[in-house]
Amino acid sequence: MRRLDRRRFLRTALGAVVAYAASCLAAPLARAQRFFRAPPWKIRTPYWGFAVDITKCIGCGKCVDACKTENDVPREPFYFRTWVERYAIRKSGEVTVDSPNGGLDGFEPMRDEDSIVKAFFVPKLCNLCENSPCIQVCPVGATFKTEDGVVLIDRKYCIGCRYCIQACPYGTRYYHPTLKVADKCSLCYHRIKRGLNPACVEVCPTDARIFGDLSDPRSPLSRFIAENPVQVLKPAMGTQPKLAYKGLDREVR
Amino acid sequence: MDPMIEHLRDALEKVVGFIYPNELELQWSILIVMYPYVTGLVAGAFILASLERVFNVESVKPTYRLSLLSALAFLIVAPLPLQLHLGHPFRGIEIFLTPNTSSAMAMFGFIYAWYLMAVILMEIWLDYRAEIVGWSKTEPWAPKRMFYKVLTFGVTTVTPGSRRIDDVLGRAITVIGLPSAVLLHGYVGFIFGSVKANPWWSTPLMPVIFLFSAMASGIAAVMLLYMFLTWMRNRPLDMRCLDTVAKFLLTAIIVAFTLETLETIQKAYEAEEHFDILALLVEGQLSFSLVFLQIFLGSICPIILLGLPQIFGVSDQGRKSLYAVSGVLALIGIFAMRWNVVIGGQFFSKSLRGFTTYKLQFIGREGLVAAIGVLVLAFAILAVLIRLLPPWTKDEPGRAPAAGGRAS
Repeated sequence: MRRLDRRRFLRTALGAVVAYAASCLAAPLARAQRFFRAPPWKIRTPYWGFAVDITKCIGCGKCVDACKTENDVPREPFYFRTWVERYAIRKSGEVTVDSPNGGLDGFEPMRDEDSIVKAFFVPKLCNLCENSPCIQVCPVGATFKTEDGVVLIDRKYCIGCRYCIQACPYGTRYYHPTLKVADKCSLCYHRIKRGLNPACVEVCPTDARIFGDLSDPRSPLSRFIAENPVQVLKPAMGTQPKLAYKGLDREVR
Repeated sequence: MDPMIEHLRDALEKVVGFIYPNELELQWSILIVMYPYVTGLVAGAFILASLERVFNVESVKPTYRLSLLSALAFLIVAPLPLQLHLGHPFRGIEIFLTPNTSSAMAMFGFIYAWYLMAVILMEIWLDYRAEIVGWSKTEPWAPKRMFYKVLTFGVTTVTPGSRRIDDVLGRAITVIGLPSAVLLHGYVGFIFGSVKANPWWSTPLMPVIFLFSAMASGIAAVMLLYMFLTWMRNRPLDMRCLDTVAKFLLTAIIVAFTLETLETIQKAYEAEEHFDILALLVEGQLSFSLVFLQIFLGSICPIILLGLPQIFGVSDQGRKSLYAVSGVLALIGIFAMRWNVVIGGQFFSKSLRGFTTYKLQFIGREGLVAAIGVLVLAFAILAVLIRLLPPWTKDEPGRAPAAGGRAS
């Protein structure tokens, strides 16, 4: 009788352990069922985002110039917080891309224009990733996301290891040659905090750049994203950019 | 004019295809090539030492202490290239003080400190303790005697019982140390392997490849050091030891080379979006350092040379030459591998449409001289360590010329 009791006890104990282990394993799976996670802009106000209408950009480069002036970006042709790329797709399928001096001085006419099927300009800047690789890799936490969704760098804290520059899939960071720290688009944080537009948005003659509050469904940005088919760059990276493009061609990376 | 800006203006002319404008400058230069190279030497040397301690491979005993001292010397200089590379070297301490827990790089400080303090220093101390106690009494030069006295940390008991405790503790530390060494170098691979933005780096195999090439480089370095120092001391080489070390070297090179080949095949077969640009990279800017130096000279040649004595009978003198040449080739090949990963991974644009260039600077904080200086410093530290903690006893019974029969 005692033997049986012990066996029963052991069986019950083993059953309990298995049941507990199963529940432990099942818990994360059950959470995974809740596929949709509410984005932060449903919770926080304001939550800044950006959009570019490629169909409107004329490649004048005023935005690049304004950005360099506003943010003291070195004038050399290899340091940019924002730049404009020109794409030309020819009948042969050949794709040419250029961005002389980041598009700051505008663009020269292209050779052999008759062979071009389509051409367009693509302004580039920080993609305002919700899941930023640059923030993830910074060893000291000098790059961070503000409450209102902007990725910034603390210049007094950055050690200049350049890991964030390596980690950015979009090439939007550079190493500041005199400050010896990483630098990037700040969405002109000093301006937007005062209710102004970022410098590039302010000077764009065709309203190709749209800045605004994602948390407000009536903001021009939210309406633009709602009313137009938009795409983000390199979506497979899982960075969840808050920079959306209208009219993005598959050749753009 | 800042020489860097002048250099970049020249580089602008040499861009091929299209790159994002910020990509002109290579962010990580030769110093960051040195970092995984030196760390790899540490991990490899320590793993060789562990073979004797944990797995009781008696034949490699003559290299045991030399491996430990080499690991320590390389470990001391390992953070130097990182520190030199920083834009603000004095802020480097923030990695320890306010680490960002999601950053692979921030973990370096902790893994490094753990490895240095808890593993290498402890193990060396326990192994040398009895001798340090002896030296603290017999050393004729007073400052050195004082140094040894401090090094005893007041523990001067040397009895068979205390030696046994030292040995058990030393063994326990090596058992902890082995995964630590694996972690240290696997982690260095992770720094690169986890950068999803860079298809040349982003692979889960990266830590494993780094680990096995680290083992190869560390074993090769200790083997060459052992041969060189034995020659310097005019003693016969322990061929049984050398044969065993060479076998481990061969194994490490084969595994590393196999993993690298597997990764290449996988990338070529999957042929994802980035494959074309990587193929152009290998055919172009990396053709010499990857195809010739890393694959042919650094992997295939040592595999053949080290494999020869496994198949054919080769005389002692012949084996010595084969091992020496293979060791040097393996070290060159693994340096080339680090170069191809670090520098190669920055040549192509993340737009996958073009290439930038890199011209190795000679002087300056990120130049060739600084990089060589780091290596020279490591060997200088090793020389001091060998002077302070000789890895061999003066008479060395059994390996003295009189007993040469056993050595061959």
